[in-house]
Amino acid sequence: MSKIIKYVIADILRNRIVIIYTLFLLASSLTVFSLEDNNSKGLLSLLNIILIVVPLVSIIFSTIYVYNSAEFIELLVSQPLKRKSIWLSIFTGLAASLSLAFLIGAGLPILIYQPSTIGITMLLSGIILSVIFVAIALLATVRTRDKAKGIGVAIMLWLYFSLLFDGFVLFLLFQFSDYPLEKAMIGISALNPIDLARILILLQLDVSAMMGYTGAVFKDFFGTCPGLLFSCVILLLWVGLPLWTSTRKFKSKDL
Amino acid sequence: MVLPAVASTLHVGAKRIHRTIQSGINAAKDGDTVAVDPGHYRERNLTVNKRIVLYGIGYPVLDGQNKYEIISVFTGGVTIAGFKLTHSGRSSLEDLSGIKVYNSNGVTIKNNILEDTFFGIYIQNGSKCIIINNRLKGTAVEEQQSGNGIHCWKSDNLTISGNTVSGHRDGIYFEFVQHAQIRKNVVSKNLRYGLHFMFSNDDTYAQNVFQNNGSGVSVMYSKRIKMISNRFEENWGDAAYGILLKEISDGTMEGNYFTKNTSAIYMEGANRITMKRNTFKDNGWALKIQASCMDVVLERNNFIGNTFDVGTNGSLVLNTFKNNYWDKYEGYDLNKDMIGDIPFRPVSMYSMIVEKFPAAMILFRTFITTLLDKTEKILPSLTPENLKDNEPLMRKAF
Amino acid sequence: MIRIENISKQFGKLTALHNISTSCDKGECIALIGPNGSGKTTLIKSILGMVIPDSGKILFNGLDISGNWQYREEIGYMPQIGRYPDNMNIGQVLDMMKDIRNNNRALDEDLIRGFSIDKLLNKRMRTLSGGTIQKVSAALAFLFNPKVLILDEPTAGLDPVASELFKEKIVAEKEKGKLILITSHILSDLDDLVSRIIYMQDGKLIFHKSIEQLRKDTGEERLVRSIAQVMAENYE
Repeated sequence: MSKIIKYVIADILRNRIVIIYTLFLLASSLTVFSLEDNNSKGLLSLLNIILIVVPLVSIIFSTIYVYNSAEFIELLVSQPLKRKSIWLSIFTGLAASLSLAFLIGAGLPILIYQPSTIGITMLLSGIILSVIFVAIALLATVRTRDKAKGIGVAIMLWLYFSLLFDGFVLFLLFQFSDYPLEKAMIGISALNPIDLARILILLQLDVSAMMGYTGAVFKDFFGTCPGLLFSCVILLLWVGLPLWTSTRKFKSKDL
Repeated sequence: MVLPAVASTLHVGAKRIHRTIQSGINAAKDGDTVAVDPGHYRERNLTVNKRIVLYGIGYPVLDGQNKYEIISVFTGGVTIAGFKLTHSGRSSLEDLSGIKVYNSNGVTIKNNILEDTFFGIYIQNGSKCIIINNRLKGTAVEEQQSGNGIHCWKSDNLTISGNTVSGHRDGIYFEFVQHAQIRKNVVSKNLRYGLHFMFSNDDTYAQNVFQNNGSGVSVMYSKRIKMISNRFEENWGDAAYGILLKEISDGTMEGNYFTKNTSAIYMEGANRITMKRNTFKDNGWALKIQASCMDVVLERNNFIGNTFDVGTNGSLVLNTFKNNYWDKYEGYDLNKDMIGDIPFRPVSMYSMIVEKFPAAMILFRTFITTLLDKTEKILPSLTPENLKDNEPLMRKAF
Repeated sequence: MIRIENISKQFGKLTALHNISTSCDKGECIALIGPNGSGKTTLIKSILGMVIPDSGKILFNGLDISGNWQYREEIGYMPQIGRYPDNMNIGQVLDMMKDIRNNNRALDEDLIRGFSIDKLLNKRMRTLSGGTIQKVSAALAFLFNPKVLILDEPTAGLDPVASELFKEKIVAEKEKGKLILITSHILSDLDDLVSRIIYMQDGKLIFHKSIEQLRKDTGEERLVRSIAQVMAENYE
């Protein structure tokens, strides 16, 4: 398996898109840190990049990569290799290279300008989001045969996680404003990895004070060891569940 | 008949005639000076009932042994200077203090150090008292079991200046105090308010620094207050403000600097307040102005790097925004008069939503809220129609 | 060597394979023939485990292949259109495949030399012509000395010289007792090569017989004509 991973990574790292993505991250994070007069504001601006650009690039790039590698995957499948290892290798290769791109593009500036708990939280969130959206992309591709349709599905999924879901949350808040929703919100935030990552970062940035009672409830929960463990488990589930489903699907897929 | 006495100096110390300060005071006459040598004095409760100057040489320590009020002043014209007062008693019935002035005029308290006192300096029904250059450091942990740093009740014409106050419940507390001057004090890390004003009119506070207090500064039920060139910094917490203005009228705020407060100013029932040349930088909310405020005028203030510039809870706006600088302003200036050609609306849609549904704050920094704000900018529907700055500045006001 | 028992495969409404049973033995060179869409590629892919039949089973040396992957050690597959990672050069692709298969058998580099691929090792895959890619695919299929060779339209893009060389190689391997499965439209290529014919149409296996038998049945000497006759019969 490690051999296939090696080749997938080598292939992706030579891809121009990944290099452009890395440079884009590098340029924007350096700009953000050098423009803002204080580094924690720089981090806040970087937050948008992490929450919007990272999932978008991860899901779209992975989807296109898998479709473009269809023949290569066929070739591998015809070789004496387990399908499971092929699929997991593709996942690992994509996840590792996109994480590496993020680590170089955004991680290095963060470590240089803001080597604090906040910086580290941000870095880890960016990496886990990259990995999660690779897993989601693989699920989308394994379920859709047609490339154009698959890319469409990927874009819809991204739109859902970064926009529609929050719209839905807002709607809930309006509808049930008479009820104490704060605790339920913790559960709801677990349904969207982007939201969960955002809240974890915001709590580190101590914006929680502005978040009033909700902030206090969140801080009480996520600030504790079990809370942190909970969010880690949820984020890992966001990797594990789509990956597990897609692997099962891929095992019985006709190529 | 006694001849007018010549003022004399009595010395107190281990090697002096007067071993205890109280015996020095008892021996003194009005107008005398009692000079205290360095040392550690454990006396029950010093009572000053003569018009004397009581001063310490090399900061002699007056130790209240966690039981007593350290100095009680019952007469006017007293000066107390140069002592280090520690460990006053604590009581939930009496306001045991480091120095307490009872019903007296013209008392001066200066250059003292107060550590671990329950209440620090307490003026009860005093007039023309001066509290200057003292350092007060409390050890308050819980609001209910702690006293205030400088506590003034039913007094007038006080001058409070150059003091540093920390670790108390309220740094400086005013109730029914008229015509006071509070200047150049540094008030930080107190549990509740840095400065707490109630029912106190015609006071001025200027050039003070209020830093990192539990809930910032609170000014309530008072009239004609002048707030000039103070700094409100890092009052960052759940229900913290730079300054809370409640039921205030005819006040002036000028040249103040607010930075890193959860809400720099929270106003409720404030009338006829003029706010000029203040700077709001890096706050959560620069200004939370409830619909109960009237005739508040904001002119030539700088709003820089705040998460929300203005938040409000209603659509009725009877306040004026004019010639302020807003860093979020995206308008243009065709005639180059340095005034933006289109009005600026400092209330964002998201801040309106948060005001109505505080739980919506969990959507902070999401794509959708940015999108809502942008849409609202183009087609205003929810944000108050006339809460706007018609003449926003293109550059910082100062 | 390969036994196919009652396999069926449905793609949506289309029946790609309909209850197919047959067996292929070593030392044979079998041509899979049939019109477009008759199910040849699906059958090949089923044997390779790339398509999973809805029912029936395939035995390889007596073992059911479903859920199995080790048996593919014994198969060399040359796809119709070979696609390799764009950013790799030929040398890297060869190394990668050697690395992945990683068996200790002697490598068969005849075709690599025959097609002069060893002179193109630094060429990037995306710069190669279709013919060259076919050569690489062919070379890879034979490289690991497998007992079974499955060749999907192998000669389509090859120039006459390469095509001839390739056919010689196939014959030589057959002589060694290997099983060779070929699909091809270019029937003339198959004439001197194949020993048996499987004819498929509409997902059904119409017949599986030796070439001598076919010649006898149709009375035609040349394969092209025999098949044309079979096709004509089945079209009616």
